[in-house]
Amino acid sequence: MLLQLADISMAFGGVRALSGVSFEVAQGELFSIIGPNGAGKTSMLNCISGRYRPTGGRVLFEGRDITGLTPNHRARLGIGRTFQNLALFGHMSVLDNILVGRHHLLKNNILTGSLYWIGGARKEELAHRRAVEEIIDFLEIQAVRKAIAGTLSYGLRKRVELARAIALRPKLILLDEPMAGMNLEEKEDMARFIIDLNEEWGMTVVMIEHDMGVVMDISHRVIVLDFGQKIAEGTPEAVLNDPQVRMAYLGDVEGDADAPSGQVAQ
Amino acid sequence: MSSVGMRPCGDYKTDYGRDQTIFETTTARNFVIAGIVLACLMPLVADRYVLSLMIQIGYLGIAALGLNILVGFTGQISIGHAAFFGFGAFTSAYLNNHFAIPVFFCIPLAGLATAVVGFAFGLPAARIKGLYLAIATLAAQYILEDFFARSYWFTGGPSGSIAQPFTLFGFSFDSDRSYFYVVLAYTIVAYLLATNLMRSRDGRALVAVRDHYLSAEMMGINLTKYRTLSFAIAAFLAGIGGALYAHYLSVVSSEGFNLLLSVQFLAMVIIGGLGSILGSLLGTVFMVLLPEAMDAGTRALSGTWIDTALGLKDNVVFLRDMAIGAVIIGFLIFEPDGLAHRWRQIKAYWKLYPFSY
Repeated sequence: MLLQLADISMAFGGVRALSGVSFEVAQGELFSIIGPNGAGKTSMLNCISGRYRPTGGRVLFEGRDITGLTPNHRARLGIGRTFQNLALFGHMSVLDNILVGRHHLLKNNILTGSLYWIGGARKEELAHRRAVEEIIDFLEIQAVRKAIAGTLSYGLRKRVELARAIALRPKLILLDEPMAGMNLEEKEDMARFIIDLNEEWGMTVVMIEHDMGVVMDISHRVIVLDFGQKIAEGTPEAVLNDPQVRMAYLGDVEGDADAPSGQVAQ
Repeated sequence: MSSVGMRPCGDYKTDYGRDQTIFETTTARNFVIAGIVLACLMPLVADRYVLSLMIQIGYLGIAALGLNILVGFTGQISIGHAAFFGFGAFTSAYLNNHFAIPVFFCIPLAGLATAVVGFAFGLPAARIKGLYLAIATLAAQYILEDFFARSYWFTGGPSGSIAQPFTLFGFSFDSDRSYFYVVLAYTIVAYLLATNLMRSRDGRALVAVRDHYLSAEMMGINLTKYRTLSFAIAAFLAGIGGALYAHYLSVVSSEGFNLLLSVQFLAMVIIGGLGSILGSLLGTVFMVLLPEAMDAGTRALSGTWIDTALGLKDNVVFLRDMAIGAVIIGFLIFEPDGLAHRWRQIKAYWKLYPFSY
């Protein structure tokens, strides 16, 4: 198992965002976390990426307990992520944004970096430029590589953020609503990129997404959170037909003739 | 950062190395080289006064560059930069006087010693931000100022300490004409190294910390390390600038390194352009030359009908100080992105003429 979450609880004062959630993600899986608003999905992701330290339970990555590690250590271990709200470095060029993702792979420091031509920093920077260009090609953002990230359109910024996360060379990539606010065409592109990442680049993907069509189409497995608790886990079909999931999304449908039952998957 | 590239049509790069040069075009590079050559020729033609202004621009410019890396690139704040500048000045003089280390080595050593002090005073940055950090650095300013005034063994107390002239292979750089080259060399090296730093790993990490520290941390950047590192770099350059100042004036007294100078350093980087290497220098030029320009203006005013009508007489000096303040305020209103931004716009205008975009 690549990632194991054991009995994770997260409380903010009296508010319990997560209570006793456990699940496992296998190497090479495309795994989705779904649930209504405020269910604790992003809190879950923050526990995995290290933004939050869970108040109870353990996070294991490749069998190693990483519960107490800071986010920058986790990046080094091979966990990358994107954010729900854009979190690019707005005043940097797209190229520099993606190069920041290479931070832990680069070795030049303040001394060799300042000397640049002496000490190999130039050579190293150019080698990594090459690696970054591969990602740029993959995500089809060649045209904007020199643009300032803050000036780009929303869809492009989402893509640059994905590029930055890929640049880390993560084993596990966490995507927090990669398709939020996109039109159909952009969503299709993004879904394609995620599948390629998973199948060709061999990255394990954990994704939060509200678009059920996409989630059901591309995920291998899904868990459903509601009020901080795991209410279902399994293949997309199994989860769709789970009565508890229907209840969480649609309310109590029993005996209500007008309820749009079966509409979860659109 | 302007969206307009300066590259002419048909200039295609065939490898990444040629795409990642400091200057976007060879013309830009040649202009800078010509500028340096021109500066080298200055001592032959300029008089002492002009040279002293240029030396001032040099050592203040190095310190301003340090502050810009801290404030402009890393997004931290410091209002104790003058104290680091002073610490560098005293350290260099002290090392030379007490350990007989040649001035040639004292200047970089003073920079390193100041970097250590800057690192120590930068430690609060690991935990606090914004206005709170500003107050913490204000404490650094006052602690160091007090230290300068009281530690006779280090600074010579109120009488100050003597700094020997810069010597190299027996040649003493004790005139403005010769010392100009020392400052010029240091300025060029400092700006070149800073430019390189900003296009390599650690420089990008600093900017990442400024732009979005949460995602910077997710990208594997140790926030504490880079925040304190930024203070150390800023203090290092302030120390170098201070040391150059000490060996220029040959006497260092503790009064000059006060809060006012710290604020002036801040004014330099804000007027020049936060987050711009070139802006640090432009801002320094502006702040050094503005009093001169205003002085010339007010001197031309004295004796004219305006002078007699307002009855200014000796107060013309105060008019100068007020004018400096007014120009700075006007600048912040009409040019909030600094001189570096204006310079980019001029270049874009030149390239695009007669179209506007």
